[in-house]
Amino acid sequence: MNTQNPKRDTKPKITERRRFLTIMAQSVGLSALGGLIWTGYVEEAKASPLMLRPPGALPERDFLRMCIKCGQCAEACPYDTLLIAKPGDGRPMGTPYFIPREIPCYMCTDIPCVPVCPTNALDQKSVSSVKDGKEVLDINKAKMGLAIIDAESCIAYWGIQCDACYRACPILGDAISIEYIRNERTGKHAKLVPVVHADHCTGCGLCEHACVTEKAAIFVLPRDVAMGKPGDYYVKGWSEKDQERIKERDINRLQTKTKRSEKSPQDYLNLDEGLFDE
Amino acid sequence: MSSMSRRDFLKSAAAATAASAVGMSVPTEVEAKASSAEAGWRWDKAVCRFCGTGCGIMVATKDGKIVAVKGDPAAPVNRGLNCIKGYFNAKIMYGADRLTTPLLRMDDKGNFAKNGKFRPVSWKRAFDEMEKHIRKALKEGGPEAVAVFGSGQYTIQEGYAAAKMMKAGFRSNAIDPNARHCMASAVVGFFQTFGIDEPSGCYDDIEITDTIVTWGANMAEMHPILWARVTDRKLSDPDRVKVVNISTYRHRCSDLADMEIIFRPNTDLALWNYLAHEIVYNHPEVIDWDFVKKHTIFATGFVETGYGMRMPDEAKKLGYSDKELETIRKEKSKVVSEREAPGLAPLGYKAGDVMEMKHRGHALGHWEISFEEFKKGLEPYTLDYVAKVAKGDPDESLESFKKKLETLRDLYIDKSRKMVSFWTMGMNQHTRGSWVNEQSYMVHFLLGKQAKPGSGAFSLTGQPSACGTAREVGTFTHRLPADMLVKIPKHRKIAEKIWKLPEGTINPVGYQHIMNIHRQIESGKIKFAWVNVCNPYHDSANANHWIKAARKMDCFIVTSDGYPGISAKVSDLVLPSAMIYEKWGAYGNAERRTQHWRQQVVPVGEAMSDTWQWVELSKRFTVKDLWGEATVKGGKKLPNVIEKAKAMGYSEDTTMFEILFANDWYRSFKADDPIGEGFDNTEVFGDNRNVIGSDGKPWKGYGFFIQKALWEEYRKFGAGHGHDLADFDTYHRVRGLRWPVVDGKDTPWRFNVKYDPYARKYAKPGEEFAFYGPALKKIKRGNLKKIDPSLGKIALPNKAKIFFRPYMDPTEIPDSDYDTWLCTGRVIEHWHSGTMTMRVPELYRAMPEALCYMNPKDAKAKGLKDGDLVWIESRRGKVKAHIDTRGRNRPPRGLVFVPWFDERVFINKVCLDHTCPMSKQTDYKKCAVKIYKA
Repeated sequence: MNTQNPKRDTKPKITERRRFLTIMAQSVGLSALGGLIWTGYVEEAKASPLMLRPPGALPERDFLRMCIKCGQCAEACPYDTLLIAKPGDGRPMGTPYFIPREIPCYMCTDIPCVPVCPTNALDQKSVSSVKDGKEVLDINKAKMGLAIIDAESCIAYWGIQCDACYRACPILGDAISIEYIRNERTGKHAKLVPVVHADHCTGCGLCEHACVTEKAAIFVLPRDVAMGKPGDYYVKGWSEKDQERIKERDINRLQTKTKRSEKSPQDYLNLDEGLFDE
Repeated sequence: MSSMSRRDFLKSAAAATAASAVGMSVPTEVEAKASSAEAGWRWDKAVCRFCGTGCGIMVATKDGKIVAVKGDPAAPVNRGLNCIKGYFNAKIMYGADRLTTPLLRMDDKGNFAKNGKFRPVSWKRAFDEMEKHIRKALKEGGPEAVAVFGSGQYTIQEGYAAAKMMKAGFRSNAIDPNARHCMASAVVGFFQTFGIDEPSGCYDDIEITDTIVTWGANMAEMHPILWARVTDRKLSDPDRVKVVNISTYRHRCSDLADMEIIFRPNTDLALWNYLAHEIVYNHPEVIDWDFVKKHTIFATGFVETGYGMRMPDEAKKLGYSDKELETIRKEKSKVVSEREAPGLAPLGYKAGDVMEMKHRGHALGHWEISFEEFKKGLEPYTLDYVAKVAKGDPDESLESFKKKLETLRDLYIDKSRKMVSFWTMGMNQHTRGSWVNEQSYMVHFLLGKQAKPGSGAFSLTGQPSACGTAREVGTFTHRLPADMLVKIPKHRKIAEKIWKLPEGTINPVGYQHIMNIHRQIESGKIKFAWVNVCNPYHDSANANHWIKAARKMDCFIVTSDGYPGISAKVSDLVLPSAMIYEKWGAYGNAERRTQHWRQQVVPVGEAMSDTWQWVELSKRFTVKDLWGEATVKGGKKLPNVIEKAKAMGYSEDTTMFEILFANDWYRSFKADDPIGEGFDNTEVFGDNRNVIGSDGKPWKGYGFFIQKALWEEYRKFGAGHGHDLADFDTYHRVRGLRWPVVDGKDTPWRFNVKYDPYARKYAKPGEEFAFYGPALKKIKRGNLKKIDPSLGKIALPNKAKIFFRPYMDPTEIPDSDYDTWLCTGRVIEHWHSGTMTMRVPELYRAMPEALCYMNPKDAKAKGLKDGDLVWIESRRGKVKAHIDTRGRNRPPRGLVFVPWFDERVFINKVCLDHTCPMSKQTDYKKCAVKIYKA
């Protein structure tokens, strides 16, 4: 862990925040009865595809279905990382999220926000691993988002000796590593540039929080927004692990189709149109 | 384009021409300057405020404010790049809480009151109070009662002015810089080995060498630009170039390193001896006998020298606790441990013996020994012994550790390899720091790998002008400029002549090093202390004692600073200082490169430079105030020199200002110098703020070019003595020069006839080297255990010394109660105590709080989890910090690392004020603590 929020120690038992959360939860409860407000909620839901959810959150659609907006996860967060969307936030009201540039997820090893979830919208299994035959919490398995680097504005890519993000990363070396590039201009100063590895990045946002540029040059996006997806018909010949990636390949859906293959062979063969010059 | 910016543009073209004349190309920079001149920005060269690397930067000003900086592409050190701190140079001066006016502790009636609250006062009132309290201190305690906490961040001129006023004016040697905490062990190593201070090599070694070993140096965070150069060298030939990181905990350098060696604190002494043992016993064919015989002798010194603490009875009298005394007792005597006994056996010690620290007063004593004796000393340092005492990671196998030591040996002894050993605080902040510095030269000398391009043991400096100011100017208690010492009559005479002083003015007794200053405030001897460009109440170990002494004793503490920190908080008077680009100045970096800059902007508020503060203070004291008879240590009398002063044309009422800073020679430096054209010079002309000065009138300037005069006088000390510096104007044209600068050329490698004109001058015909440093070149002779008076003395002109130094345990070793080693240090984001960098929002955000880096297994064993708040408690004090078990620093089990930048995690309350007894440098790298949940 890189940076602490002193609130971890000083958070009073009943805070303004806690009172607010209670009111929020109540109003969400009320709002479930009122169609008008609910409509507003749905619109806000559509408006915000870029929310970062707590560790263990189910895929966004399932999460929205399961989350009962009780606020207990936010209540449990010792750093006040988790926020609850209020009316007018432009976010699905009552649901938990965080803004890493303000307060990142400090990746508590005991993940207090997850076990308190009454509906499994925050799925404990997804942030657990089996150790000595026992299931134990493992925050490193969280997939809250993925850090993306804008290499144009990242000063390490200019050659500045920065890598603040690397040092802030709780899984440094795995989630962010440093690559060395020779600096042809100076001829003697290597660039030490950060590179994010999606396999390990949890999206905690400590890197985004630590980034020293005016607007962070490294920032966390929801994984489905941030990531592309290579095809499941090719495996890296240089990687032992890559086959894992395609293990769900569906052998019933191997057929390919293009404009060129739209017609059946017979149709195609029986059609002379366009072949011969008029 | 205004006429102003056009003139700037022309000047930049001229500078570029001049720069290319000394072999540098600056096309990019000139291009940038030419285009930006049109935007109303003025770009001018300066140097980074922070570390000892000495990166060149360009500063852009607009409407009297610094708007931006860039790396200077013409600077050979950094070629336009910076690190994360250098990147923020433009933001360090504009923090919301800059000190802008003098502040004095006062009661409601406006009188000074030790327990009063700080309230703004005029500069005149501030100087009145300083004068009053200095007079009181002089009267009650003589010159030694007036002290200065100096700095390795002074500009050269500031340090020079401070040292001159202290040593020539007040006749007090109680001035010592924070560089004492940082480089003093390196200095002793240089003096005793080479007879002259500072490294033989330079940064170009990085590009030339093929083997880089870091010994107690986290270059990746502390010298990032040099680390970028090391990394580039590694990339240039990854198979050939080898990098080894030797440390007591894993840090960022291990990322690049081919091998990491984690050793138990203090056993670097044993590691170096292992290398020497292997060379001498098992691979004698690799000894460069031609080099060794022609250019070196063997030597050793006392071991019973204590640990630089107070004497136990003295501490007891002052009320130190029983817990503290458990450790302090070792200052008098200690029991030789099982661990150190084998290594001390050649000196006649065995386990269980009581070692009386009988040479505490002569720690620096050393004498020549034969090679056979030297060899005998190394005998115990076999692979088996050293591996056993030095393995630092309990989770590593002895076999794996041994294999690493052998690999290290193979790299060092490979004749085809060039070797650079770098170190910083790990080897300097060490109770045997001077020894371990000397051991590095021992190995390099035996192999003939020193003072050659690409080969050498190289001490990296922490501060931007630890070399340039603290060491070269000599702002230490025992020093004068250019390596001269107050205790040597000839040196005092030279200084008195240059400073136009009556003979006998300079006090020959210099013993008030920085820890002594703290201790003497605590014991009531020092009554007045002035903090310049440093934060000694934050950065000194065992801080509880010193902050209490500052507030409770009958003393007057003044702090000059840009921002309020702990030192200001415990002071009686706080003075607002101009910061780096608000004044003319110069710094000298670790490779002997001196770099000057111009004042870029007018200071904020009523802030004034430290030079001005010193010079204004000098106006308050006259010949009769300071130059009568005085008493110093041991009842020694300083003679009354008033009559001699009169014979020189001074009167009793001549002020120190007139003698030291405004004599005719100083006044001959014209204010309207072309170097300053178009730039502010607050000291010379005053400025548009019309600050009400020390006499209650608007400040209108000295009217002569005082910074240039200070420089030109200062460089007289070194000229012709191997410390030659160029003239003031030259430095304003070039990107720094490495001294000695002879005939306009700088010297990349000293002592080597190919590169150093002094080596050419002193070397015998046909020889390649001359270690011409003049200090400590006539020494006694003896054997490993003692001096043998019957052998007389030996003179060793042009020779260096190869020292045998044994392994000894550190002062405080973890036990069942205090079970963990504490090591402190820095992080890349923050500079020292954070007075500047904690004001830069981006750096604050990136690292808002000092953490306690801990091994996860230790955390688990203590029932702690990552992020928990813990107490870190030693026999001296305790602080709270959050633990980090997965961060940038990865200590082995049994050790924690805590950075010291954060005053809310005031780790120096926990640290032990033990020092190397030779260098008096504090060891911040090891003491025993316990850690438990807060």
